[in-house]
Amino acid sequence: MNATVFAPWVDPDEKPLIRFQNVTKRFGDFTAIDDLSLDIFEKEFFALLGPSGCGKTTMMRMLAGFESPSAGRIELAGQNIAPVPPNKRAVNMMFQSYALFPHLSVWDNIAFGLRRDNLPKHDIQDRVEEMLKLTRLEKFARRKPHQISGGQRQRVALARSLAKAPKLLLLDEPLGALDKKLRQDTQFELMDIQETTGTTFVIVTHDQEEAMTVASRIAVMDEGKLMQVATPDEIYEAPATVYIADFIGDVNIIEGRARATGENQYQIDWAEGQQPLIASSTRSFSNDQTCHLAIRPEKVAISSERPENAANVLQGTVHDIAYLGNLSTYHVKLPNGHMIKAQTANTRRIARRSFTWEDTVWLSWTATAGVLLES
Amino acid sequence: MNRLSWFNTVSLTLGFAFLYIPMIILIIFSFNESKLVTVWAGFSTKWYGELINNEAFLNAAWVTLKVAVFSSTIATVLGTMAAYVLVRGGRFLGRTLFSGMIYAPLVMPEVITGLSLLLLFIGIGLDRGVLTIVLAHTTFSMCYVSVVVSSRLVTFDRSLEEAALDLGCSPAQAFRLVTLPIIAPAVISGWLLAFTLSLDDLVIASFTSGPSATTLPIKIFSAVRLGVSPEINALSTIMIAIVTIGVITASLVTKQSRVRAQRDEQAAARAQ
Ligand SMILES: Nc1ncnc2c1ncn2[C@@H]1O[C@H](COP(=O)(O)OP(=O)(O)OP(=O)(O)O)[C@@H](O)[C@H]1O
Ligand SMILES: [Mg+2]
Repeated sequence: MNATVFAPWVDPDEKPLIRFQNVTKRFGDFTAIDDLSLDIFEKEFFALLGPSGCGKTTMMRMLAGFESPSAGRIELAGQNIAPVPPNKRAVNMMFQSYALFPHLSVWDNIAFGLRRDNLPKHDIQDRVEEMLKLTRLEKFARRKPHQISGGQRQRVALARSLAKAPKLLLLDEPLGALDKKLRQDTQFELMDIQETTGTTFVIVTHDQEEAMTVASRIAVMDEGKLMQVATPDEIYEAPATVYIADFIGDVNIIEGRARATGENQYQIDWAEGQQPLIASSTRSFSNDQTCHLAIRPEKVAISSERPENAANVLQGTVHDIAYLGNLSTYHVKLPNGHMIKAQTANTRRIARRSFTWEDTVWLSWTATAGVLLES
Repeated sequence: MNRLSWFNTVSLTLGFAFLYIPMIILIIFSFNESKLVTVWAGFSTKWYGELINNEAFLNAAWVTLKVAVFSSTIATVLGTMAAYVLVRGGRFLGRTLFSGMIYAPLVMPEVITGLSLLLLFIGIGLDRGVLTIVLAHTTFSMCYVSVVVSSRLVTFDRSLEEAALDLGCSPAQAFRLVTLPIIAPAVISGWLLAFTLSLDDLVIASFTSGPSATTLPIKIFSAVRLGVSPEINALSTIMIAIVTIGVITASLVTKQSRVRAQRDEQAAARAQ
């Protein structure tokens, strides 16, 4: 681990590189971005996550200069960027549709931005070769975009936007068309580039695993609003709302009524004739307030014997087993019909699994394993 | 190959006969020895020889060519610019009115276009000659160019221009380096269309030409009014030959580039 953790967003003196101030964007009477405020800091790897149509591309386009906000203000390094045209911004964008120039070869596509800066010829040449090597496109340098595959096109678009080494790089779903192996390699490549060049990245992705891997912070969006902005582990461990808990990763949601039993300690009455659940929470709840306990499947232990001194214990029968190779997810049906998912690592061979369909099992978790959320 | 049914054979023959018999007769009679157009008196190429010595015809041909080249070039520049603004300019005040108005000359009777241009030239005191014909032809062929170019621009992926801007191009550079090369085929066919329109225009040219400059169609038309001469037949045959060669070359060139593109794609597919 690094000695000093990179977290400029907690430092009140740190100046953000990008600042959205109450930005609203309307298309006709449709509001794509709704009164959004956000700070992104230098050298961040910032991920925008959200369902299709929530306004991710629109945010990118406003940063690149192709759309202007209907209201509010966007600052880049302290300067209002509204009057700066796209070609004068130290920002490069990789388009979701790639937007490769069909009349130019792969080589010339990558060199396009460099040529605009009137760099000496051999500098351009070196830089393009470097980019080709990085994206493993050396063999295709002389091809036209219509002569290469979808994944190769995506890499050309990535190389073209990286070539100018901009201060801010906007990547709109940069790795969607790559296979898993190449995608992981490229993710680490991007993180490397980010570390060596100090470029600030804003990346849009549908893939939450990707966001978790690369990002310093993640913003979860919905319908033009920010739902939560936090580090990957915060988003995962302490989601702000049920929506986010459900959006990021797999989760069990149990609805019930809270009753305080001590400092930050709550009992949750959740079903007739069932033991109340015990959970600790820094959020405070009034007595009888409706609450949701969100608990990740991997934090639920499954056993054939009743575990001793566990805070929460439930009995049920195995309804379904999803085998994922390294992991298995058990869908356990409680007597009242409620379904709880529990995940375990497959440390043994599958033949030696201790329980199977219709077995009676015990589920257990600690008081701190889950998060209590308001409805 | 399928054999055609008798019905299809007859339709095809009739159709082509209808199209080509007049031209074939014209070509045959251009090689007629006799001065009388309707009487065949043996094979000869003497009318072609006389044509070369006919200064009036040569002059008219030269004027026609000059007018066609200049007017189609100016019309292409103006028409492309107009198309670009109308397709790309977003919603500005009166956009619908303008885009409707640019098509108006397409449906306007030529006599009216010619007459209004004539009045304009007289009004501003411009002597009729090559310049006025060029202006007149530019006026009416420009809208054809802009129709051709704007139909290409409508399907043009806007994000390509945005990518060019993003990589540091000024809007003018983005147009020159990205938009223009991609829409070039449409611009070229616009130019060719304007060129042919100018070559064979009779009505507007007769309103706007003066004694100092006569185009070939005017010359032929006025010569024919005095009686059809074998010389005219020879001239027309040459024009038919030029047009035929032009059309064949154009289609060969496009076919060849299509074949080359296809071969490239197959090579790319194999290399995967
Ligand atoms: N030019 C436009 N005119 C009208 N509506 C638009 C325009 N551009 C975007 N929108 C709308 O704004 C909303 C946000 O679009 P945006 O492209 O930002 O979505 P996104 O989050 O990038 O989605 P995806 O993940 O599918 O790419 C969508 O509902 C879209 O229909
Ligand atoms: Mg998008």
